[in-house]
Amino acid sequence: MGMGLLFDATRCIGCGACSSACKEQNKLPGKVEEVLTAYTWTTVQEKEGLNVRRMCMHCEVPTCASVCPVAALKKTPEGPVVYDAERCMGCRYCMMACPFEIPKYQWDRPVPVVGKCILCAGRLKEGKPTACAEACPAEATIFGKKEDLIWEARTRIRQKPGAYVDHIYGLTEAGGTSVMMISSAPFDKLGLKSNLPADPPAMRTWQVLSNIPDFVGVWGVFLYGVHWITARRVDVAKAESNGNGHNHGREDRS
Amino acid sequence: MNTLATLAPRRFRPGFWTAVFVVLFLAFCAVTVIRFSKGLGAVTHLSDQFPWGLWIGFDLLCGVGLAAGAFTLTAVVHLFNLKRFEPIVRPTILTGFLGYAFVIVALLLDLGQPWRIWHAIVYWNPHSVMFEVAWCVMLYTTVLAVEFSPAVFERFGFHAPARIIHRLITPLVIIGVILSTLHQSSLGSLYLIVPSKLHPLWYSPMLPLHFYISAIGAGIGMVILESYLSGRAFHRHLEMDLLEPLARGMVVALGIYGLMRLQAIRRNHAFGSILDFGYEGQMFLLEFTLGVILPVILMSFRRLRTNPNWLVGGAFLAVLGFVMNRLNVSITGMEAASGTRYLPSGMEIIVSLGLVATGMAVFAFAVRNFSIFPDGPVTDDHRSEEGA
Ligand code: SF4
Ligand code: SF4
Ligand code: SF4
Repeated sequence: MGMGLLFDATRCIGCGACSSACKEQNKLPGKVEEVLTAYTWTTVQEKEGLNVRRMCMHCEVPTCASVCPVAALKKTPEGPVVYDAERCMGCRYCMMACPFEIPKYQWDRPVPVVGKCILCAGRLKEGKPTACAEACPAEATIFGKKEDLIWEARTRIRQKPGAYVDHIYGLTEAGGTSVMMISSAPFDKLGLKSNLPADPPAMRTWQVLSNIPDFVGVWGVFLYGVHWITARRVDVAKAESNGNGHNHGREDRS
Repeated sequence: MNTLATLAPRRFRPGFWTAVFVVLFLAFCAVTVIRFSKGLGAVTHLSDQFPWGLWIGFDLLCGVGLAAGAFTLTAVVHLFNLKRFEPIVRPTILTGFLGYAFVIVALLLDLGQPWRIWHAIVYWNPHSVMFEVAWCVMLYTTVLAVEFSPAVFERFGFHAPARIIHRLITPLVIIGVILSTLHQSSLGSLYLIVPSKLHPLWYSPMLPLHFYISAIGAGIGMVILESYLSGRAFHRHLEMDLLEPLARGMVVALGIYGLMRLQAIRRNHAFGSILDFGYEGQMFLLEFTLGVILPVILMSFRRLRTNPNWLVGGAFLAVLGFVMNRLNVSITGMEAASGTRYLPSGMEIIVSLGLVATGMAVFAFAVRNFSIFPDGPVTDDHRSEEGA
């Protein structure tokens, strides 16, 4: 199931240590901005008196990876959805398609690339937690195995009745994610999308795309059939008007 | 209102529209230079909230739609064997080819790193609709070029290659129709991935089919319009006996498309958003009344279909409705979810206009130099045999 993060909005004190740690870890230029940009991969926003982190959710079936024509985005078995800047041609379909509106672009550069959280894939490989989880002084962001995190989230919700909305955001959204959130306020009030289908959006296009080979075969045979019939009809008509029953071959049909 | 209209039938006489074209083209070049030295942000109103704008909505979605006449007509002539439509196949193939060339240039400007466009050939992701779009653009542009090449070969007196292509025309047309079917519909599939973002007046699991059928309708409309425009420009008469039945085909395609759209809106329970007359509702009503209901009604009357003015009017409405639909899907319908309003910048508009103008100029050039129309209005060159 891989590794992931659990974010608890009731514990976050809004200190921004995660954002700064992320900048440092990933060598991102500039100050921490208020919204996500190609240079700020995670932010803390105040909503409803709570502090919420915004970052890539690392979907189990990532929409961004499914739409990328050159497979620059990939889900790794450890959990992160990583980005290969060397492949990206900058079509920005990932930005269009991401249901959480995460990938951002370097609009100010002549040679731009996409920017988004990569769940510190390099650190994970070394067995270390993400930089943001390590930096968090309040244990609002914790790192671990995804199943342990789900367990932990359920326990917190159960142990303090009324303190949490009874929903783990990220468990089913867009087919499930590796980053999960719990909170005392409804998630749509926190600026998180609440209208996401439980089936991964990628399935909808795959249903169409996976049928293409069959379609090409059937459509090709059908079109040729139409051609054959109409061409024959012309031939037959011609042959009859010539007063001889022979088919003249099909050369003269077009 | 186009460069074509004033280009002299035989000799090239620069006039007002030539000047407009030159100005547009120079402005286009200037924008291109800024775009590649300063980045996309310097010339467009695109943003992290709204990453696809006019260049995708108009240049890509509509440019490909323009080409839909080509596969429809080649299928009618070569597969359904309705040979009387043969005389308008060449101009239609040329329009198709120019439509695709237009799309490719637009993509080169819109891609963040266009010099990597070949990555789509080597790094595969068959799960991506964009991957399919990339392959269809490459392959179908090639097919159109081959289908058009006899006109070029004849011009220079190479008859052997023209004959070979003539021989291969059936498989070529079949491949062309398959690629077009895939491609026209896959532009609709591009938006299947955003069920939570695209407004319910436009989102539907049937989007690929909507795109395909409306492209056929608008493709036929373009054939009629283009016969009219080149008729005016090159002093040719309208082939009413050919265009009238095409208008009937257009009514059928638009009619089916209209019913499908209404059905999709019913399923999405989105009629309410028309009735409350909000931004999306208004745009939808405009698109649907002008682009579907009106042309279907008008063109259902034989009297109007056989009148050149009404016929051209009906075709114009169908094409306009098509353009409005593609802009609504790609811009209007995506705005609410993005939380911003997107209006293209002046420079984005210049690029699109510059491309349209260049397309028209190339068309005019080709008509003057190759035998595109049956009566070869331009040179005394004889058409050898009918090519593609
Ligand atoms: S949240 Fe968006 S960017 Fe992150 S993995 Fe999911 S689809 Fe990709
Ligand atoms: S912008 Fe880059 S990463 Fe995103 S879909 Fe396009 S090619 Fe892939
Ligand atoms: S996981 Fe790493 S890349 Fe992602 S927000 Fe945290 S520190 Fe940044």
